[in-house]
Amino acid sequence: MAKIVINQQRCKGCFLCVNFCPKGLIKKSRKLNKRGLNFAEFDPSGGCIGCAMCAVICPDCCIEVYK
Amino acid sequence: MEKIFFRAESLYDVSTHYCPGCGHGIAHRLVAEVIDELGVREKTIGIAPVGCAVVAYDYWNFDCSEAAHGRALAVATAIKRVHPQNVVFTYQGDGDLAAIGTNETIHAANRGENLTVVFINNAVYGMTGGQMAPTTLLGQKTSTSIEGRQKEKHGYPLKISEMLALLPGVTYVERVSLQSPQEVLKAKRAIKQAFENQINNLGFSLVEVLSPCPTYWGQSPKEALDWIRDVMQKEFPLGRIK
Ligand SMILES: Cc1ncc(C[n+]2csc(CCOP(=O)(O)OP(=O)(O)O)c2C)c(N)n1
Ligand code: SF4
Ligand SMILES: [Mg+2]
Repeated sequence: MAKIVINQQRCKGCFLCVNFCPKGLIKKSRKLNKRGLNFAEFDPSGGCIGCAMCAVICPDCCIEVYK
Repeated sequence: MEKIFFRAESLYDVSTHYCPGCGHGIAHRLVAEVIDELGVREKTIGIAPVGCAVVAYDYWNFDCSEAAHGRALAVATAIKRVHPQNVVFTYQGDGDLAAIGTNETIHAANRGENLTVVFINNAVYGMTGGQMAPTTLLGQKTSTSIEGRQKEKHGYPLKISEMLALLPGVTYVERVSLQSPQEVLKAKRAIKQAFENQINNLGFSLVEVLSPCPTYWGQSPKEALDWIRDVMQKEFPLGRIK
């Protein structure tokens, strides 16, 4: 089992992580953060392999990965 | 569960001013991770450029100096010669390194200064409003080439990395890309090599990083990465140049 934790307040909503998660576990939020932006949201229901592709491409270092 | 990906100590826990999807954030992180892995944070001195990365020193948790536009390698030369035991690097955009500072760049390389250069090629002048840079591609629209860059009027995209590789004083030149997570990992290996060379006194090392500027390319962050792969990498091929 693995998981990621996204700093949603710091996320600028570029959604590169959404594009590169091989399991499709990250999506655009419906809510807005303090910046007034939709942010990246992780689906914790299972399937994360801890590959860290999302964290490697995040330009804002918003993602931590646990495995 | 163990934390396997976390913020480098060399990267302050602050938000940056960069646009969403800008490559500067990724490149800053790679430099910070490499400095941490090499254990040289306490003796590193970075030279920040003029350009969007002008306040890089607010993001890196090690000593930094600012340089006037294009002069980063002149400032780095002085610092390294006075403090040869320190690890000194410049971080410069294409306007900074390949236009305004061409002179300083070429002569520092030709002298074979024992320095590391991280060269961010985003094919535009980002900070000042997306004007044409020496590295702008033929046909690329910018705020000063509104019909696209034309070779007759503007000349060709400048391959300064290949030019520098010709100089005997230059040890290592590699071009990398931030186009995908896989390429980002390769970029990190090249940046690490460029720092290791300096630590081993091997001389001038430069890594050119093809980096997205979604704002002045008029593209979404993902489109900008695809444009690097499909267009930019054709003109600026990846790999070891020297
Ligand atoms: C001598 C001098 N000329 C022009 C400027 C204005 N200026 C500031 S940033 C910049 C462009 C920087 O472009 P680049 O180095 O590619 O960095 P980017 O913002 O694209 O990362 C220019 C022309 C300046 N500060 N000093
Ligand atoms: S203008 Fe371009 S280079 Fe500058 S912060 Fe925005 S995306 Fe990055
Ligand atoms: Mg630029």
